[in-house]
Amino acid sequence: MASPRNSRSILPGFGLSLGFTLAYLGLIVLVPLSAAFLRTAGMSWHDFVGAVAAPRVVAAYRLTFGASLAAGLVNMVFGLVVAWVLVRYSFPGKKIVDALVDLPFALPTAVAGIALTSLYAPSGWVGRWLAPLGIQVAFTWTGVFIALTFIGLPFVVRTLQPVLQELEPEIEEASSTLGANRLQTVIRIILPELAPSLLTGFALAFARALGEYGSVVFISGNMPMKTEIVPLLIITKLEQYDYQGATAIAVVMLVSSFFLLLLINLLQKWSRRYQAI
Amino acid sequence: MDSALATSPNPRPTSAASRRATRDPAWARWLLTTVALVFLACFLILPLLVVFAQAFSKGGAFFLAAVREPDALASIRLTLLTVAIAVPANVVFGVAAAWAITKFRFPGKSLLTTLIDLPFAVSPVISGLIYVLVFGAQGWFGPWLIEHNIRIIFAVPGIILATTFVTFPFVARELIPLMQAQGTDEEYSAITLGASGWQTFWRVTLPNIRWGLLYGVILCNARAMGEFGAVSVVSGHIRGETNTMPLHVEILYNEYNITGAFAVASLLALLAIATLILKSAVEWRQKGTT
Repeated sequence: MASPRNSRSILPGFGLSLGFTLAYLGLIVLVPLSAAFLRTAGMSWHDFVGAVAAPRVVAAYRLTFGASLAAGLVNMVFGLVVAWVLVRYSFPGKKIVDALVDLPFALPTAVAGIALTSLYAPSGWVGRWLAPLGIQVAFTWTGVFIALTFIGLPFVVRTLQPVLQELEPEIEEASSTLGANRLQTVIRIILPELAPSLLTGFALAFARALGEYGSVVFISGNMPMKTEIVPLLIITKLEQYDYQGATAIAVVMLVSSFFLLLLINLLQKWSRRYQAI
Repeated sequence: MDSALATSPNPRPTSAASRRATRDPAWARWLLTTVALVFLACFLILPLLVVFAQAFSKGGAFFLAAVREPDALASIRLTLLTVAIAVPANVVFGVAAAWAITKFRFPGKSLLTTLIDLPFAVSPVISGLIYVLVFGAQGWFGPWLIEHNIRIIFAVPGIILATTFVTFPFVARELIPLMQAQGTDEEYSAITLGASGWQTFWRVTLPNIRWGLLYGVILCNARAMGEFGAVSVVSGHIRGETNTMPLHVEILYNEYNITGAFAVASLLALLAIATLILKSAVEWRQKGTT
């Protein structure tokens, strides 16, 4: 895209590489994904609405979307602080801390799930300090929120870091020279510049949280209507051989995810344009 | 910095002023650093520590017994088998896709790039579900598969397929921006000098992308070994047969064998730590070469 090239390249392998790419993409991704949509297309509208708007399903949407939103917002705040500290300050062990930020990507979700449950259970390292205060985390809404915060953290930090690194110090110097104090510079100059990538990081974390399963099922308690997330509901329906119901809910989630993916792509274009100015 | 000090007649005030302009006050630095480190300690370090503390809470002998138990060994073997098929398949795909997308111009290229990222937007549970819809007893090919006595769902092939789907974009999305930035000049020179296509790929392209490729493989491998949701849907949970390591952890945990669950989980946590170390090493290497 960057360099103008002839559409007829002298390099070989176009047919082979593109053919293989399309065949593999089709077989592994597109055909199976289309199965979900085609299966749902065979349902009557009445059955579809009955499957995706039942009270138990609506309760699961509310929990999944609500906890994902809350976790994304918390990650936006703390992710910004972590990214800022990692880019702007130096302290001993910074490289290790920086590498550790990716732990939620690298740690299998089931391991994260049982570790968080063990920490926040009433007898756990953290839970035993919260229990006397009357705060119960494991097997409640808060537990789901904690797991989703864990899983979303790297998205915000890793989206912000390169942008913070590229930020030109001249703008801050100009702001300071023109009489702004440091806080004004941060709020009026730096934050607006970070806004697109902050939103992108939030959207990525939110999208990941919507579909998250492994780290949540252990800590959530899985009570229908209360702490049952949508992915678990899909599995429950499958185990009851309700393939139609499971697929209908899956299609609702797929459409939400694809919509978010589109939004993220637009956000990324916006932030690139922002940086180019 | 040094040359600026040498040439500028009175450098100190300007540099101090500019530092004041771009630097936060000391109290803010301390506060923000503390907040960041406490947050990371609570959310990242504590969960990692608790895995190992729980794994060894009944002593080293119990740990070894839990890890060497036949079902645990079978789950380790299945996880390794899955990775040994899913990761190379996605490497071949990633290289082919990156070659097609970055070396040629064709209509629909950005659509193709978006479609490659699609599996990242799909919930792991749904990734498993779609394979059940295609290959399960109720699925498109279900009756045919049953007739020919081929099992995909609730068997090893289903686990491999679901893992391949979930780790699909890792290598391609690492290579595409890298090869885009490198352009096609070196390949053109090689072809002009008489190299064949494959020679150009092995001797010119591959050495150029080796660190990016390794990076993608490390991430792909970590996700493939640890995948839980997608595999959980297609596995059928037969002990010793269709349980991968994360599924074995789940079974032990649900049977209240907490220490056993954490013993197997600690192996996966070690994998995660190794992944982070390798990843940082490759990032450091990449920075050094470019």
